[in-house]
Amino acid sequence: MLLVLSITIVHGQKLYSTRTGQMKFNASGGVEKIAAVNNQVDSKMIDKTGQIVFSVLIKGFKFDNQLMEDHFNENYLESTKYPKADFKGYISNISQVNFTTDGKYNITAEGTLTIHGVSQKITVQGIMIISHGTPSINGSFKIKIKEYGITGLYIGDKIANEAEIALSVSY
Amino acid sequence: MKKKVINPYILLVVVQLLFHFTSRAQNVDLFKLQDEEDKKEKAQKTDIVTAIFKTTRLVNGQSIENLGEGLLDLKISHRFGPVNEGAYNFFGLDQATMRIGLDYGITDRLMVGIGRSSFNKEFDGFAKYRLLRQSTGKIEMPLSLSYAVTGIWQSLKDPTTTTINIHYTDHFYFAHQLIIARKFNDYFSLQLVPTLVHYNIVPVYTNPNDFYSMGIGFRARISKRVNLTGEYYYQFEKLVGYHNSLSLGFDIETGGHVFQLHFTNSTGINEKSFITQTDGQWGKGDILFGFNIARVFTVVKPRTANHVNW
Repeated sequence: MLLVLSITIVHGQKLYSTRTGQMKFNASGGVEKIAAVNNQVDSKMIDKTGQIVFSVLIKGFKFDNQLMEDHFNENYLESTKYPKADFKGYISNISQVNFTTDGKYNITAEGTLTIHGVSQKITVQGIMIISHGTPSINGSFKIKIKEYGITGLYIGDKIANEAEIALSVSY
Repeated sequence: MKKKVINPYILLVVVQLLFHFTSRAQNVDLFKLQDEEDKKEKAQKTDIVTAIFKTTRLVNGQSIENLGEGLLDLKISHRFGPVNEGAYNFFGLDQATMRIGLDYGITDRLMVGIGRSSFNKEFDGFAKYRLLRQSTGKIEMPLSLSYAVTGIWQSLKDPTTTTINIHYTDHFYFAHQLIIARKFNDYFSLQLVPTLVHYNIVPVYTNPNDFYSMGIGFRARISKRVNLTGEYYYQFEKLVGYHNSLSLGFDIETGGHVFQLHFTNSTGINEKSFITQTDGQWGKGDILFGFNIARVFTVVKPRTANHVNW
């Protein structure tokens, strides 16, 4: 009986992953629209432990205005030095989620967000939907731009102090 | 009755096996997995170097940069008179020549442009194509290489006294340039520009029609938005009375514009004019203050899969 128990533990974890998650951000300061979308968010999640990672290429954020995109990459995010941003953490109430039946759950994720080479501990609220056995996550949160070492004259002026980030990922 | 006792050693082995299985199941660490994947991806990706120079012209001449697809660049270039004109002419500020130009990016590799200079009333048109792009990663390319061809038409009226028949094609000049550039790091970029300027008609019978020169240009970053720039064209054969063009200046970047301020000994702004017809000499104080303003407009929006909607 003890041996049977160990086998179920081995096969108990499921790794969910996707490379086509969507992340949008908006940092408009009032006059000009400053927003971009990235449709190649890389994400992995383990159901039993709630361990979750998101990884996104900074150059993958597409703006309507090419010059704005160039400045975003060269002057603000310095994407040649810091090509990716990522989140590594755990969904703290993962035990409340039943992955085998369709349902909608409020989840809380805690972990480390690293942007521009600077890491900050964050807690984010989101919603996980299980549909036909496939989980998907939606969530949004705000970050203070300067907390990630991102500097520039226009932050607080044309560029908002806080950027709103929206995430939509299907595994 | 015989007592059935579980052999303690067998129990120990079973317990150890149990721990082995459970610890293996918990070994899938997403954090490590992500880091490994990132490393593999980095090795597979080719990163094309961007912003070797801040705009498509260095001071007077072409830079390695091309305009992105669907972008329109309005270029206004202004040169005052030489500083040694003295106080009466307000050290050259009373005099001016200028060029107004419009550049357009047809694709990310091909751009075209037209312009008109007030000096000698010349119209110019050019095309610039990116042959090789500097990159790191999967494809290691140490240099960027571009080809630029310029056609110039001088619309200045001919002097009324001439000894030969002047045909309309006699007012055309052409320039062929190969631009070789490298971005060494975020603080320094260098380019070499071997150039051929062709005159359909030359002043004196003994002049050649083709003038070869070598241009050299650099950009050095001195702050987040300010760069020091320099440009020099060495002519292997010069027309009598003319000198090599040397320019030094600053590029200042703001939200949508690039401002270029510089000192040069060239009055002309197109390839034929500034490379082969510079009559100023730095040593004699024939230094002209000038500036270029470039404003980029998006004509064709980039092909993004999702239009950004909030």
